[in-house]
Amino acid sequence: MSSIDFDVAIIGGGLVGCMTAYALRKRGRSVVVLERGHVGGESSGVSFGSLRLQGQHDAELPLALRAQDIWESIEAELGESVEFVRHGHVHLALNAEHHARLENNARQCRAQGMDITLLDRDMTLRRWPFLSGEVVASSWSSRDAVVNPRLVAPAFARAAQRHGAIIREGVNVLGVEHGGGRFSLHGRTGDGAVEIITCEALINAAGAWSGTLAAQFGETIPLFAAGPAELVTEPVPPFAAPVMHVVDGSILFRQTSRGNVIIAGHPRLSVDAEARRSRVPPDKIVTNLARLVAIVPKMRAHHVIRSWTGIEGYVEDMMPVLGPSATTPGLYHACAFSGHGLQLGPAAAVAIAELITDGATTMPIAPFDIRRFFASGQPRTLHLAEEFQDDVRSPHIGRG
Amino acid sequence: MASSILYRIAAFDTPLLSLTVDGRPVQSRQGESVLAAMLTSGEHVRRHENGGEPRGGFCLMGACQDCWVWVGPGERGRACTTLVADGMQISTSPDPRFD
Amino acid sequence: MECRSRLLQTPALTRIVIVGAGPAGIAAAELLSRASVEVTLIDEALHPGGQYHRAPASGLNLDMGRLLGAGYVEYKTFHKDAAAVCAKVDYRPGMLAWSVHGGAVHVASRSATQALGFDALILATGATDRIMPVPGWTLPGVFTLGGAQALLKDQGCLIGRRVVVCGSSPLLYLAAVQYLRAGGEVAAVIDTTRFLDKLRALPDMLVAPNVLSSGLRHLVELKRRGVKIVHGATIDVFEGEGRVAAVLCTLPNAAPLRIACDAVAYGHGLRPETQLAELAGCALRYDAVQRNHVPDTDLDGRAGQGIYIAGDGGTIGGGQAAAVSGSLAAAAVLRDFGLSTVDIDLAARRRLLQRLRRFQRGLATAFRWPSERAMLLDDAVILCRCENVTFGEVRAALDQQGGTAEVNRIKAASRCGMGRCQGRFCGAGLAEVVAASAQQSDRERDRLRVQAPIKPLPISLAMDVSP
Repeated sequence: MSSIDFDVAIIGGGLVGCMTAYALRKRGRSVVVLERGHVGGESSGVSFGSLRLQGQHDAELPLALRAQDIWESIEAELGESVEFVRHGHVHLALNAEHHARLENNARQCRAQGMDITLLDRDMTLRRWPFLSGEVVASSWSSRDAVVNPRLVAPAFARAAQRHGAIIREGVNVLGVEHGGGRFSLHGRTGDGAVEIITCEALINAAGAWSGTLAAQFGETIPLFAAGPAELVTEPVPPFAAPVMHVVDGSILFRQTSRGNVIIAGHPRLSVDAEARRSRVPPDKIVTNLARLVAIVPKMRAHHVIRSWTGIEGYVEDMMPVLGPSATTPGLYHACAFSGHGLQLGPAAAVAIAELITDGATTMPIAPFDIRRFFASGQPRTLHLAEEFQDDVRSPHIGRG
Repeated sequence: MASSILYRIAAFDTPLLSLTVDGRPVQSRQGESVLAAMLTSGEHVRRHENGGEPRGGFCLMGACQDCWVWVGPGERGRACTTLVADGMQISTSPDPRFD
Repeated sequence: MECRSRLLQTPALTRIVIVGAGPAGIAAAELLSRASVEVTLIDEALHPGGQYHRAPASGLNLDMGRLLGAGYVEYKTFHKDAAAVCAKVDYRPGMLAWSVHGGAVHVASRSATQALGFDALILATGATDRIMPVPGWTLPGVFTLGGAQALLKDQGCLIGRRVVVCGSSPLLYLAAVQYLRAGGEVAAVIDTTRFLDKLRALPDMLVAPNVLSSGLRHLVELKRRGVKIVHGATIDVFEGEGRVAAVLCTLPNAAPLRIACDAVAYGHGLRPETQLAELAGCALRYDAVQRNHVPDTDLDGRAGQGIYIAGDGGTIGGGQAAAVSGSLAAAAVLRDFGLSTVDIDLAARRRLLQRLRRFQRGLATAFRWPSERAMLLDDAVILCRCENVTFGEVRAALDQQGGTAEVNRIKAASRCGMGRCQGRFCGAGLAEVVAASAQQSDRERDRLRVQAPIKPLPISLAMDVSP
């Protein structure tokens, strides 16, 4: 059977896969993206859409800042809109513990050169009068922005294609072999035909399914699947410009330019990665609405018109796996973005592209090395009990 | 005489109610839908959020969702499936006091 | 595909929930109430009847006998039965069933929502009009055909004084007759289907001679009253500024015809409300004759997993078929759960249902959905009325996407289908545009994905919930 050869093959046509294809084309490498469904059809398409810097983990903030640089000129580069809007991001505190977190986050952000403004209750309610008295303080970050996540992966796929990348949808990669410095991928298309793709470098951008691919090369990414609970309302007269986000993640919302209010909030949901099915349970819809109306009382007049979730890959320390394989030269991982791959995506893509073309990267990705899972000592565990529904199955939270 | 879309051919034998639509007094009777009250005394129920053109309902059975109006300060209702109430202040556009 | 219900052991039945109190739901409830099983009957409307037997609002002096003519007997019988049934069962009007999840149907009012666990769920959710956009279809004064009838019966209002009734449906003639009886003026009946096509479908329609003859009687009555009826016309524009003032149509081999009016009743048949079935996990299949996606059930309405579908929400069949299928679904529940069966002639009902469904296939052929119009409509015409998305914007999204066309991607890229109605009224047109596009698409599989809530859910219901 004849095969097609590329410098690089990318498994996974989400925003990370498509952005990386684009970055590689700009560096003159031939590249194919293999996507089982439609580009951006999984995690990328269900994101809340926030390009958030405030409250990012300390180890991720340097990469996030580099990513934001890219986001700020992305539409000019792409030549099309992804509805990038910069109105900033407000973290809200509803109690003293939250307030302490705001102050801590502000210190961290300022240490990295970010401009953060802390506001007390009075100032917060004066500035954003739609908020209720439940809010005790806030912190405002002006550089944060939003984008329409549904547009991002398809836009990058088109840009990559314009630059000569091959994007193959409906191709399921059945097996990968490595030998003689090359990878050989067996892909099956919808009509049952089998294709062989060979490449020198292979990128694992397979989202919630990245663990399976990594395992084929003898390495473990302790990935588990979960999904964000997302809601959207009917159009509401404009009232909220920045993203509003209670600091513990229990409720966040943003109003789009058309007036719809998008609402999200923990805990993340259990999803079926095998059957590729996911739904927001009705009880969760009601809980999130209760949280929303507690901080924005006037929303009680309005209506939710749709809910959605998706299948995302998480690891327990909630940081991506970004960098070379620990076992196989030529294999690179760009996955486990743990629900925040949208904002980091452009920088992650450049990092991998640089690694492949230059052998090194200027992007600060050291904390995201896959070898951290093999190291002794416990990985950092966050408030996983709060952030994930009880029935989310994880190898490390000790459930299921 | 205000122009209207709908034409009433049967009457309610229920108590008379007083409403306003965009501040304009409108007579109605118990049992009448907000949409019927609005379109027997006017020519639209709302203006589209993204375009501003007038809309006057469509499916009349709670499916198309094209007749959502304000039925009081900070209160919305689907005109075709919401019944009028005495003193109801109906608005075809968002209430600025509420915002 | 036959859906088989193979229960290894008869499960215990504690609760049956029925969604919808139209002819199908009431028939199901009636049969179950005879078997003395606990039934909860949910309906979004305030009174039983659905659309088919829509009754006047309380206190409205509307002479339904005069309006319905020969149909009045059936109507009165239904409402008498419905009142008796609703008194016997746990009847909850004014409640929106907005999701099915984890063996419970979630029902809401403005102030609260509740999960109703079920062992068996009968979905009798009915249908809405199916619409092919026309330039000007969003003008005030343009309504659906079903809507025009609903408003007349429920509120005693005509949609206008001089009405054009148009589209492709036997209901055109019924609606026109009812309007005349109510004292309205019908400026014209514009039927987009050709008389010849209706004749060709006669063999199928002859299986239900009563229904056919009542349709013909309507035609005769309209002609007798001098109502202008045109067949095989293309509806070009609903003209007007701020409200509709005329309909422009074209007949084959003739000059365009402009008909002055102050309202339009428009529709091209019906489309089933399948959202709850889909949320409940039922498979849907594409009915190529009706050109609708319908839940995949056996003849009795079994969809599997304790879900049963009856009436127009399962497949378009009309009011009589709805009642028959409601009773079959209820009988199926009783048998599947090993409960005392009620003495009804299942075989006869199944035969009747088959006949009525064959009649519907004839109707679908005679009054065909004008799928090709989607390709001919100008870019400036609105396809999605909720979001004001035009045909041009959808076509541009298709061109831009490249690759395999698929309605959910086009929705994400163009916003068509993202509004409050969640694709009920743009879905059919969108499916045709995507199917007609240059890219490959799968008309069979391709449809807008459903998410809860199936209708706008008031945030106010969460006010008393602790966050």
